[in-house]
Amino acid sequence: MDYSAYLVPVLLAFVALFGLGRRVNVYDALTQGAREGLDILAGILPSLVGLLTAVYMLRASGAMDLLGSLLAPVLARLGIPPETVGLLFVRPVSGSGALAIGSELMAAYGPDSYIGRVAAVMLGSTETTFYTIAVYFGSAGIRKTRYAIPAALLADLAGFMSAAFAVRLLFA
Amino acid sequence: MAMAWVWSGMVAASVLYGILNDTIDAVGSAAMEGAAAAVELCLGMAGVMCLWSGVMSVMRACGLLDGLSRLFRPLLGRLLPNAARDPDTLAALSGNVSANLLGLGNAATPLGVKAARRMAAGCGGRATDELCRLVVLNTASIQLLPTTVAGVRGALGAANPFDILPAVWLASALSVTAGLLAAGIFSKIWRD
Repeated sequence: MDYSAYLVPVLLAFVALFGLGRRVNVYDALTQGAREGLDILAGILPSLVGLLTAVYMLRASGAMDLLGSLLAPVLARLGIPPETVGLLFVRPVSGSGALAIGSELMAAYGPDSYIGRVAAVMLGSTETTFYTIAVYFGSAGIRKTRYAIPAALLADLAGFMSAAFAVRLLFA
Repeated sequence: MAMAWVWSGMVAASVLYGILNDTIDAVGSAAMEGAAAAVELCLGMAGVMCLWSGVMSVMRACGLLDGLSRLFRPLLGRLLPNAARDPDTLAALSGNVSANLLGLGNAATPLGVKAARRMAAGCGGRATDELCRLVVLNTASIQLLPTTVAGVRGALGAANPFDILPAVWLASALSVTAGLLAAGIFSKIWRD
C-alpha cells in the first residue's frame, strides 16, 4: 500500500476536525485562503507568459540542449541530469523563471518521468537565493555580505544534487 | 532591470541559434506555444493552489503556526545562540522558520526581516556569522508541502502530484545541512 495516498485526504480531514475542535470557522478560513491562492496565481501568470515563451523558444532552437551537452561531463560527475541545466542557472535568480523551466521539463518529459520528477524536487527544495539575500540584507542594512552568497549557493548545489539522488533512491 | 536583460538575452539567443541551426521555424511556433502553455498551466494548477492556500489559512487560524513556532525554539537557540537570547528576536525567528515550513512565504518574509533587523543592530553593516546562517536557512527552502510544484504536477497529469514529498524533504534536509556546514567552515577561514 502506498502510504503517500493517505497524505492528502487525511491531512484535509485532520485540519478540518482540528479547526472545528478549536471553534474556528473552518469553511470561512478555507475560502479566504483560496482567494489568496487566486491572487498568487494572478501575480505569477504575467511573468509566466513572458518566461515560458522565452524558454520554449530556447528549447526549440536547440540552444538549451547545446548548453546541456557542453556541461554534461561536469553534471554527470555530480549526478545531475544534463537536461535540467537551465534550471540550475535560473533557480537562484528568478522564481517564476525557474517555474517556467521546470514546468516545461515536466511537460516535455512527463511529470512522472525521472527528469520530470527531478525538476519538481529541485523546484521544491531550493529557493530564489539572490532575491532572498537581497531582501534580508537590504532591509537589515547589511553591505558586507561576507560568505553568505557562496554558502547559500553551495546549499543550492547540494539541493540540486540531492534532488537527483533522492528521486533515484525513492523512485528506482 | 536584470530580468529585462535575461529575457531579451534568452529571446535573442534562441533566434540567433535558430538561424545558425536552421530551427528558426520551430522557434517561431514555440513562442506561440509557450505563451499558451503559461495560461494552460495557471488554469490547470489553480484548483490545487487555491485548495492548499485555503488549507494553510485554516492551519493558521487554528494556531498551528504558533504551536510549530514553540517547537522550533530550542533548535534555534542552538543554531543562533546570540539572537535567541532576545525573546522578541527568537519569536520572530521561530515564526519565520515555521511559516517557511508551511509554505506561507507572505508570512515568513516579514518575520525573517524583523529578526534580521534586530540581529544586525550594532554590527555596522557587516553580516555576522549568525546573519549568514539565517540567510542560509531561508535560501535553502524547507517546505513540508511544496504546493506550487504539486499544482504544476497535477496540471500536467501526474498520477499522484504529492508523491514527490519524501524526495523533496530529503533533498531539502541535505541542502540545508550542506549550507550550514559550508557556513560553519567559511566562518573559520573567511578573511575580512
